[in-house]
Formats: sequence, C-alpha cells, structure tokens
Amino acid sequence: MLKTIIPFGPQHPVLLEPLHLKLTVEDEIITDAFPALGFIHRGLEMLVNTHDFHQMIQVVERVCGICSMMHAMCYCQGLEDMMGIAVPPRAKFLRIIWSELHRLHSHLLWLGLFADSFGFESLFMQFWKIREKVLDLNEATSGNRIIVAVNAIGGVRGDLSVEQLNWILAELTWVEKEIARLESTLLSDYSVKKRTVGRGVLTTEKAFELGAVGPTARGSGLAQDMRMLGYSGIDRLDFEPVVETDGDCYARSKVRFRELHQSIDLIRQAIAKIPAGEIRTRVRGRPEGEICARIEQPRGELFYYLKANRTKNLERMRIRTPTFANIPALLSMLPGMWLSDVPVVVLSIDPCISCTER
Amino acid sequence: MFKMTPQVLQNLFSPKATRRYPRVARTPYEGVRGALRNDIENCSLCSVCALKCPSQCITVDKKTATWRYDPFACVFCGICVNACTEKCLHQERAYHHPVTRREPILLKGTLKKTPHEKA
Amino acid sequence: MQQDVITVSSDRLVGEVARIRVEGFRFVTMTCVALEDEIFHIHYHFDRDFMLKHLRLATSMGSSVPSISPVYVAAFLVENEIQDLFGIRFKSLVIDYDRTLYLDGGVMVTPFCKYSVNGPDRDTPVARPTVPGT
Repeated sequence: MLKTIIPFGPQHPVLLEPLHLKLTVEDEIITDAFPALGFIHRGLEMLVNTHDFHQMIQVVERVCGICSMMHAMCYCQGLEDMMGIAVPPRAKFLRIIWSELHRLHSHLLWLGLFADSFGFESLFMQFWKIREKVLDLNEATSGNRIIVAVNAIGGVRGDLSVEQLNWILAELTWVEKEIARLESTLLSDYSVKKRTVGRGVLTTEKAFELGAVGPTARGSGLAQDMRMLGYSGIDRLDFEPVVETDGDCYARSKVRFRELHQSIDLIRQAIAKIPAGEIRTRVRGRPEGEICARIEQPRGELFYYLKANRTKNLERMRIRTPTFANIPALLSMLPGMWLSDVPVVVLSIDPCISCTER
Repeated sequence: MFKMTPQVLQNLFSPKATRRYPRVARTPYEGVRGALRNDIENCSLCSVCALKCPSQCITVDKKTATWRYDPFACVFCGICVNACTEKCLHQERAYHHPVTRREPILLKGTLKKTPHEKA
Repeated sequence: MQQDVITVSSDRLVGEVARIRVEGFRFVTMTCVALEDEIFHIHYHFDRDFMLKHLRLATSMGSSVPSISPVYVAAFLVENEIQDLFGIRFKSLVIDYDRTLYLDGGVMVTPFCKYSVNGPDRDTPVARPTVPGT
C-alpha cells in the first residue's frame, strides 16, 4: 500500500478556516495528520504596547469575528478583578443576555456550516435564516450585528429598556419554534447520521489528556463548562452543562444543538431576574498585578493572562482560545478516517483559526 | 409515499423568505452605529475624541482649528460619541455610501475664546 | 495572582509537572512574559475542578528549557509558538517545528521581544537595537 501525503488547506472548497493539514493517506484511509498554522497571525498581543488598557477592548473584540463579545467580556472581567472594581448587578445580567445571544448566533452559524460540509446546503440556509433574526436582535439592542462593543471596564455601555426586553422575548419564541422545526432534519436524517455517527471518535480519557475544551469535550462525556464558575451573575441562574457520551461528530453536533435551547432558556431567566440599577461603575486609577480570567466561549474555555505595572499600557496580555486547545484533540481524531470525512471531522471541533493565531 | 409533496406545495405557495433588496429596503434600527458626523460649529476642539479613539482615526489641530477624521480607519465603535464634551458628535443610522477614493474628512472649526481671552 | 503560583527551576520542572499530572490536573496553557534584563518568565497553567494552579520558571535569553510535551502531549503546540515568538529553545519536544510554525524559514527576528537570533545555528541571540515607539 502506497503512502501519499495530501496537503489539505489553507484554501480548500470545503474547509472554511485557514488551517493546513498534511495528511498521510494509505488507500483513502488517513494514517497521520500534521498541522501547520500561521496563515493569519496578526500579532494582536503586541498591541498592548501602543494602545492603553481602555482602547484594548476594541482590539480584543476583533480577535475573532464570531465570538467577539466574549473576548471583550473576559478582558473586562480580568481587569475588573485586578483593579477590584465591582460591576453593578444589572450590568452582569445585561452581559449574560448579550453573551448568550452571541452563543446562539455562533452555534447557528456552526450548524449551518456543518450541514454544508457534507453537502446539505438547504439546511445550511435554513439555519442561517434563523441566525439573521438573532443578528437583528443584536443590531437593534446594541448598534451592530456581531461586533457589538457593549463591554466597558466597570460594566456595559448601553442599557436595554423594558420594551426591548419584551421584544427579545417575543423574537426568541419565533427562534425556538424554527429550531424545533429543524431538529428532526438535523438529528434523525438518514444521510446526516451516515456521515457523522462513528466519525472522529474522541474517548473521554483522550479528551482529558489532550486538554480538549468546550463542546468537543462535552461531546465525549466530560462535564466541563466554564459557566459553572458562576461568573457575571450566572450563579443566580439555573444552569446544567449539556453532555453527550458518544464522542463522535454526531454527539458534538447534538451538544451544540441542545445548547441552543439552553441559551434561550438562560436569556429568558436573565430577563426575568434582571434587577434595576446603574449599568457602569466609574474606573479610576491604573491596573497593577497579574491575573488569569476564564469564561466559556461558544467553542470552549477562553483563557486570558493579564499583567500590568501601573502604567496606562498593559505589560503582557496572553490569550489562549479554545481552538488552540482542541487542535491536538483533532489530530488524534483523524487517523483511521476516510479522506472524505476530513472536512466533517475538522469542522466538528468548530475551528476558529483567527482566534487561534490572533 | 407522498412525503415530499406537501413540502413542495408549501414551498411553492408560501411567501419568500428573503427581502427583494434593493427594491425593498428595511429601515435601519434606532441606535445603529453608522457614519460619524460632527457639528463643527459646536465643537470646542478639546480633542478628547482623538485621545479615546481605539483606532486613532481622529486628529485635532488646535492651531489651525481643524478636525480631521479618516472614515476608512474608523471602526464605528461610538466611544468618541460617548466621550464628546460638547455632544456635537453623533452617528447616523446608515453607513457611508461606497466611494471610489479614500479621502479623510477635514472640518474647520472655530476655536472658542477662553474666558481669560474674552476679558 | 489569587491562585497559588509555585516557582520552579528548570531541572525540577518536568518532575513537578509529572506530579501535577498524576494528581489529575488538566493542562491549560503556557504564557511567556519578556521582562527587562533579558529575563523571561514562563508560566504553566493547570486546572482541576475549576481551580487554577500555576508554575513559574525564570529563564534567560539563549538558554534552553526542558519541554513538558513528554508529559502533556498537548503542550507541543504552545511550546512551538513560544519558540517562534520569543526565541527560547525547548529540549526534547515531541514535534519540533524548528521555528517555522508562524514564521517563515529564513526569518531571524523574534517578533515578541527585543532581540533577534543570528549566527549559524540561529540560536545565538544578538540584541536588536530598539526603535522608539515599537
């Protein structure tokens, strides 16, 4: 049997992220995979030298184009812990509402791309039609569709009126109805199951050993969700992580689908419990010290390390995004797969290479 | 046997899911952060907007009383609007229409006399 | 940091990390901070039951650090990134990209700190004059 090395990416019709994989293939079955990164490295961490710590919020939002609000939220939370700033409760709940709307849009995007990866374009369009409604909610409440720029150190920049909250609830009813209409197509369709069940299996031990995070780990049975830390008021809401035990692509897509319902439920709980009050505390002084902050991004655990030395520029900012932690897990899923399963498996970890290589 | 027929008939006779843009356009929502405008008559050229801007697209020159703004470097975050001391900056609901050349916006204001100079 | 930080030396590093692995910690990431006087701090972050634990290793320009990828395989990616961006060499990396993960083959500067690697083995550091404002 001859071994061939096939380069996969960074430009490929099915692959949506600029990730390069050298696949060693024997008769259509993959025996080895070797990644190469660096196509989109922008060196954003070095911008701490030129931008002060308030301006860095806007830089950090642009690390990723899908989960931008979570980056800003993690950065603000880290600085608030470092400087000892107490965020008002209303701001915490507003942050939850916007971050769960972000999770909805991100998972709907992924579900559409996943359907597209095995050729199901009409399901792709249906999911993105629902996503447009979520983006309309973002635009009307914050001013922009994806890079919402609502986070500030000490709280949020804009408030939501009672009419807006009621409107969000009404639109979410439509979103929930449409998602339920697509459930049987995604999860019970014969062709979808044939392409995803049993592919890209990651056992629980391997997921823990390789440091997998997010729905990649939760689809393999690890109940690991950073929202269990209870940051930003989530400890006042009912929350259970969504876990599946099979560890294949089908389990991971089921986790993300069920997290859609969980996000809608969290938004409804947050709107019901949101207290009145101010939305931002005044920030005085400059940060000093080191801190680590973690939140749950749609793709997994986002980790920030911030170091400051009482000047207006931070000394060091290190971002570890969930896709960076999931790439070793991806490399262990690929051997044994057919060549045609590679796009499905690579997309099932929800790669976001612009986050990975900021 | 006829599992697809009801779906096909529904798809044929239901209204379209997409808007017929550009013939039908949706009015932008209130509070959308579109193009930035400055009422230069009220501007006091304090340059707080230039200091706070994350992408450093605003330059204020007090000597020549000019307010220079690069709409192609701007990220439309609205921080300058929040920080403006005279409330003369605002963002419209629509984005800037496409142009063929990148030109900055140069506005000439009047430097307000300080109370010391007025006396 | 509010969580415990343990300082280690490079000869005790791999033993400490192996002990942490046996205790059931998950590897999170590594951070490299370039300080003054050509000293680097490498932080190792681990997590168990949502509690973080950190190790700090102080190293200097041009020295090599033992890699923890024999213990935690997932660390090979971030150690290669630190090699590219800071010029620190790791010994016995499981997969070594030889400073080509982010940078191209002929690049001699380390983007995130103030020196470049020159010389035939590309490991001998040479201080780069700092440009004001960068």
